[in-house]
Amino acid sequence: MPWWLPAGIALALVAAVVGGALTALGLAAPGLDLAGNLGDAYLWRVVRFTLFQATLSTLLSVALAIPVARALARRRFPGRGLLLRLFSLSLVIPTIVAIFGIAAVHGRTGWVNDLSELLGLGRTHYLYGLTGILIGHVFFNMPFIARILLQAVEAVPPETWRVASQYGLRSRDIFRLIEWPAMRTVLPGAAGLVFMLCFTSFAVVLTLGGGPKATTLEVAVYQALRFDFDLGRAVALALVQLGLCGAIVLAVLQLAVPGSMTLTEGRIYERPDRGGRLGRSIDTLAIVVALALVVLPLAAVAVAGFNPKTFEVLIDPRLWRAVGQSLVIALSAGVIALLLGGAVLVSSRILRHRLGRPGAAGRLELCASLILVVPPFVLATGLFVLLRPVADVFALGMPLVILVNALMALPFVVRFLGGPMMEEAQRHDRLCQSLGIGGWNRLRLVEWPNLRRPAALALAVAATLSLGDLGVVALFGSQDFATLPLLLYQAMGGFRMGEAAVVAAVLSLLCLALFLTIEWGLGGLKRRAHV
Amino acid sequence: MRFSTLLFAAAVTAAALPAHAAEKTLTVYTYDAFTSDWGPGPAIKEAFEAECDCTLEFVALDSSIGVLSRLRLEGENNKADIVLGLDLNILAEARDSGLLAPHGVATDALALPVAWDDDTFLPFDYGYFAFVYDTERLDSPPASLKELVEAPDDLKIILEDPRTSTPGLGLLLWVRAVYGDEAPAAWAKLARKTVTTTKGWSEAYGLFLEGEAPMVLSYTTSPAYHMIAEDVERYQAAAFAEGHYMQVEVAAMTKSTDTPELARQFLQFMLSPGFQKNIPTAQWMYPATDLPEGLPSAYDKLVDPAKPLLFAAEEVAAKRKAWVEEWLQAVSQ
Repeated sequence: MPWWLPAGIALALVAAVVGGALTALGLAAPGLDLAGNLGDAYLWRVVRFTLFQATLSTLLSVALAIPVARALARRRFPGRGLLLRLFSLSLVIPTIVAIFGIAAVHGRTGWVNDLSELLGLGRTHYLYGLTGILIGHVFFNMPFIARILLQAVEAVPPETWRVASQYGLRSRDIFRLIEWPAMRTVLPGAAGLVFMLCFTSFAVVLTLGGGPKATTLEVAVYQALRFDFDLGRAVALALVQLGLCGAIVLAVLQLAVPGSMTLTEGRIYERPDRGGRLGRSIDTLAIVVALALVVLPLAAVAVAGFNPKTFEVLIDPRLWRAVGQSLVIALSAGVIALLLGGAVLVSSRILRHRLGRPGAAGRLELCASLILVVPPFVLATGLFVLLRPVADVFALGMPLVILVNALMALPFVVRFLGGPMMEEAQRHDRLCQSLGIGGWNRLRLVEWPNLRRPAALALAVAATLSLGDLGVVALFGSQDFATLPLLLYQAMGGFRMGEAAVVAAVLSLLCLALFLTIEWGLGGLKRRAHV
Repeated sequence: MRFSTLLFAAAVTAAALPAHAAEKTLTVYTYDAFTSDWGPGPAIKEAFEAECDCTLEFVALDSSIGVLSRLRLEGENNKADIVLGLDLNILAEARDSGLLAPHGVATDALALPVAWDDDTFLPFDYGYFAFVYDTERLDSPPASLKELVEAPDDLKIILEDPRTSTPGLGLLLWVRAVYGDEAPAAWAKLARKTVTTTKGWSEAYGLFLEGEAPMVLSYTTSPAYHMIAEDVERYQAAAFAEGHYMQVEVAAMTKSTDTPELARQFLQFMLSPGFQKNIPTAQWMYPATDLPEGLPSAYDKLVDPAKPLLFAAEEVAAKRKAWVEEWLQAVSQ
């Protein structure tokens, strides 16, 4: 099998969906006037603001994720495992639920203001505006970066820690010499992904940004496609978004440095920097900040789920039908995403490791992420135009949602599985080649024992991501389709905020349960020793 | 017992009407709040199927605007017999699509506060935009739009964005109707009171209920939900002296329908009590016709605008872009 084939298949799927949707929509537009659409001042004001908030959000998320990942790497405390799982939830929560959770903590009548009033400091409006955008984006993205960084630090071979102990390295030197180099191998990829998510953020920016000054390109696309029914402009704006994001993330990826790994004997050594009062204070502070920014809004979502409607909703068969359908979509999309992500990485690993072309490998992985920056409305409308002449779009609803969700989860799989797969290659690739172990045997005997934990994590993230997604089918129209996010929006649209809160809490708990089941079931309870 | 009766009935029906297998289907494109179990859709489907000898199939799209864009995407080959849930502000575009046919239904039953003689679009409900306020936090709400605009800046409101939502566009037209060319100055003052401008009604109303502001842009009928479904009188709409901007929701039949008689039958049914009685307590709007049993008593307590405000659909279509642009300039200062 040629090295490019696995990635080729996966990326062909991405290209077919994205390219097909955009081309179909572009062809449907009467006279696509690209230049004419890119000339107006409104558009460029929007682009400037989009870039500004996305850059700031990404930088802040990274700046907070580094100390949080460090604290999690060197401290063991009760609830650490739970905190890590909760970290994976923030990406999954539907935006509208997250907005309510954040408002319940940071809003005018939120917990922070309650506390401030209790202390005699009075209430302040600090949420809506740039602060709100940053709080929102840190909530969604900081935990994701922190987990990726933590994974990289935990992969530092024990021997390094032994040497660090022998030299008596201090905390600062450990960061400079050991942790930062490990983080740098994965940080550009993760930051690039977060940048794309912030760039395409719609409701968070509009609602928490406080008003129309906070408009992203995605809002302009929505406006063009839905209110003005200007397909040409929608395609033009989507291409601007794709181009800008692609170029910027490509530039960020240039900062990546390939990791270097030494062979390890696999015994665990203690880190030498757990003592020290300063370090302990910094770590405590980082954990507290993480709790306040991420866990409190999640807690608010859970608390809101207990209201007079709770029992009524919990015994409603519609809820359980939606749970069932959501689980089917989540697991199918998760497995497909894992397979596709694995395929991309098999190829990029060969590029990076055997052919010595890390730049090309990075670009390959980037291609897998580009679906994230295609506005969902453009994607859905494009797919509709593309498929309607050849198939019954209703009958295709479920498979289509699964496919699109799988592709949307693909970039996360690549990020979570990428590091461990490269590390695995560095440890065993030569050995396997010289012993002639390949194919199924290599997967079963060498790769799987070492990769099952990260693979389980990637699958869990991919599946839960799909659980929270509204799905393009909501835009196609449907009769029998019922997922939890859809139920949530329907309840809200009918004034049923109480019922909606229960559905949101059920959705979060289901995500957590699914996450734990996959991680424990597939990943195994204990970390396996390296071969 | 009930099950066996049903079975028996089914057997009898099947035996008596062999042609029943080929019964007709009426496809209605609408938005999902209408068809959801909390909306009026299910009861309406049951009532119509009981009298039409057909199957009523709802295709639920994400919004009113989604219904129109779906129709336009499909063009002549659309599968709809009826589109239901378009609002006034997109009527001109819907008409220009050339995909809709005259309804040919007698409109005598209509009881709208404005005259209605459109031969394509038939209203099924209407309402008024209004600022809903929390009586526990606001003793004396502004009594007019002008009072709201001139109120001190510490009176906080939550609005929806006219680029992405129907109520948002409603307020844009409301301000325009009251202020005319002075609208930008009024918007600049409103912007200072605005906590946030959300993408859609759900975000705005949810944040209002969480206590983020004492006033939110919604409908005069919103308090009816709280009074009827929750027995809560806390949330009320503020009556504005200049009048309230109207929203009228309409339906139309498509040119391409293969069952024009059935489509017309549905439009007729739409103006009958079997349809209309579901509007006040499931759609939370005013029915387009008088109801035999009258409105629920909670509706007596609602704000009754002395003067409905409304621009012609053609004027909205012609000026919407310019007005949105003007609003954007005014509130972005």
